[in-house]
Amino acid sequence: MKNFLIALLLVLPTFAYAGEAKDLAEDPVMERRMIDLAEKVRCLVCQSENVASSHSDWSNDVRQIMRDKMKAGASDQEIMDMLVERFGKSVLFDPPVDKETMPLWTAPFILLLLGIAVLFIQLRKRRAIVQQAATLTPEAQARAANLLKEENK
Amino acid sequence: MMRFILPFVAFVVLSVFLYIGLGRDPREVPSPLIDKPAPVFSLPLLYDAKKQFATEDMKGQVWLLNVWASWCGACKDEHPILMDLAAQKIVPVLGLNYKDKREDGEAVLRKAGDPYTLTLFDADGKVGFDYGVYGVPETYIIDKQGVIRDKIIGAVTPQNLRDRILPLVAELNKK
Repeated sequence: MKNFLIALLLVLPTFAYAGEAKDLAEDPVMERRMIDLAEKVRCLVCQSENVASSHSDWSNDVRQIMRDKMKAGASDQEIMDMLVERFGKSVLFDPPVDKETMPLWTAPFILLLLGIAVLFIQLRKRRAIVQQAATLTPEAQARAANLLKEENK
Repeated sequence: MMRFILPFVAFVVLSVFLYIGLGRDPREVPSPLIDKPAPVFSLPLLYDAKKQFATEDMKGQVWLLNVWASWCGACKDEHPILMDLAAQKIVPVLGLNYKDKREDGEAVLRKAGDPYTLTLFDADGKVGFDYGVYGVPETYIIDKQGVIRDKIIGAVTPQNLRDRILPLVAELNKK
């Protein structure tokens, strides 16, 4: 009898599941696809977060709209295009390379090249100064030799 | 001499960039809908669920679409400014009650006054989504041809009303 009661108690927690989880179980494959897509979308309310991990109201809405569109048979590209059309390219964490985003993509490399160029010019200048200092006139050479001789005495 | 001037110039350029950059609000994402036709929709009115409004009804008029909600704090700040604007009768302001409860939206307007020519009720936020709303309040300026000409993200203030909204409305009305 006691064992039976314990067994009954152990079964009890299985009745306690959260209501919200239902949605996920409805179609796990699509939910996975939605999350993968939502990870590429910036939450505009909390900008360094993506829509998959954000709890903001706006992100909840976007996820629900993604689900609805997927149910209606939209492709990932179609859903992304729809978002860009409404919110601009800044919703994409990985914006496409085009005329508008060109400065964004090329600026770091241009700055790097500029830095390397400055470094190179500076090094060349320095080398010229060092070389000039290293070449002595015959008189200076003689003086130096004399000084060294005296030192060695 | 150059070795002092060059770093100084670089410093000044960087400072100017930082000054401008830090002064900008990163939350203000420029809308791709500006200069595009405003999304067409049809919605019930807040006061009367049986009456429908369609964007077609505003053709030939310059108008503002102000997205607001009873749960939005900044909307309370801009409310008196919209009341002033409504009293001047310069431009029709349509309210879009966004993701709200009908009775909550009505209660706000009853208590604080109703600045809107019409208030449309967007319970699930679908129309708001089509307009690229991501933070309330937002205000759209739409021209006679039904093209979005500007969008104010955040509250309408006396400054942006005077410097941005009204001059644009006046210009669009001339066309």
